[in-house]
Amino acid sequence: MSERLWGILVDSFGKILLPGLTVTIPLTAISFTLALIIAVAVALVQFAHVPVLQRLARFYIWVIRGTPVLVQLFVVFYGLPGVGILIEPFPAAVLVFSINEGAYCAETIRAALESVPKGQMEAGQCVGMSYLQIIRRIILPQALRTAFPTLASTLIAMVKDTSLAANITVTEMFMTTQRIVARTYEPLALYIEVGLVYLLFCTVLTRLQAVGERYLNSKGAQRS
Amino acid sequence: MLQIRNLRKSFGDLQVLKSIDLDVNKGDVVAILGPSGSGKTTMLRCLNFLEKSDGGTMLFDDQRVDLARVTHAEANALRRRTGFVFQSYNLFANKTALQNVTEGLIIARKMPRRRAEEIARAALVKVGMDDRADYYPSQLSGGQQQRVAIARAIAADPEIIYFDEPTSALDPELTGEVLAVMRSLAGEGRTMLVVTHEMDFARHAANRVVFMEQGVIVEQNTAEAFFNDPQQPRTKEFLQTYKQRSLL
Repeated sequence: MSERLWGILVDSFGKILLPGLTVTIPLTAISFTLALIIAVAVALVQFAHVPVLQRLARFYIWVIRGTPVLVQLFVVFYGLPGVGILIEPFPAAVLVFSINEGAYCAETIRAALESVPKGQMEAGQCVGMSYLQIIRRIILPQALRTAFPTLASTLIAMVKDTSLAANITVTEMFMTTQRIVARTYEPLALYIEVGLVYLLFCTVLTRLQAVGERYLNSKGAQRS
Repeated sequence: MLQIRNLRKSFGDLQVLKSIDLDVNKGDVVAILGPSGSGKTTMLRCLNFLEKSDGGTMLFDDQRVDLARVTHAEANALRRRTGFVFQSYNLFANKTALQNVTEGLIIARKMPRRRAEEIARAALVKVGMDDRADYYPSQLSGGQQQRVAIARAIAADPEIIYFDEPTSALDPELTGEVLAVMRSLAGEGRTMLVVTHEMDFARHAANRVVFMEQGVIVEQNTAEAFFNDPQQPRTKEFLQTYKQRSLL
């Protein structure tokens, strides 16, 4: 490797990592948190067969899962201004990613809710607990334990999907790299470099997932 | 204290319970016997509103309910006066043994935590599980789980405890430890309705036996009369099969 190329890589590492820490990670963290809140609500109205809301939930999941996230980003960022709704790039990305991932996580959580044995609900009823009390204290915690590995996978996928936000002018890691490439003409090395930074982030998350699962297992959440 | 009249229940076209009448007095230990599919479990589940009855009335002390039109509030109020022990234990998987017992007291009955824990520990002592209070269900054997489930059912001092084949999922050794707990409860004068295949328990721990088949009560009598002098041909035949296998 030439000294020049090495210099570029060393010099750009910090420049790529910085928007990773200040944009990619906050974008992922905020969007995923909101996605989880949406997902729990959407999963619960289906699990509890709440009329009307249940159908709305199915419609939401149908539309969001059936359209590309890139199209959703373009609709919100480039399309909505046409009807007078202007959203800054970062909030637009948060909006799209949380709504998008919310649909996928909702299905994960709904499946997990339905996998909790029926006897758990009946036992709760027999000790006099209300439906909502049983959902909140017995069913949902067990479902989230079951859903945890899948949700962790979704989170890891989301870290990488945030690179699509470059298309709506969010200056995250990937866009920063594109700019450095435009200046230095070293696409191969620099795109591999940014790939390695994503890999680094995801490695940390994978480790955290393992720690999380160990903790949950110590809480007796695995089924006998 | 419990009077059931004309309890009916169908699953689709299958009539599982055909006009059941049942009376339970305070302190009764009633063993409900009968072949599989006779409706025993369904009857017990109807009594605690885990299944919705198609018709019938219940008189629980002075409280009368129309079983087909029971409201959530009525069902919940009556459930708080009863305990229920399941065949498959159904301990809350995300709670320790102690929390399984306190959960209903603290959450459903709004009891202060400290008081609930005192009661729960006493209940666990009674079933011999106080040394496992902080274990999760997955760390306990089937017999131990069922004993915790019994502690959960008796913690709120229910007026009636329903047992739905409490030992059917257990091997003979574990069955013994659960039956011992149930015998001691019977000895305390608790009112119990026990769906079971344990003839020895029915004969010696119960004071009354109800024999069901195809959704009707074929015969009911004191335990002694039922085993020594069965009246109905079907009951005789049923007891005979146990005798042949030297289980009686």
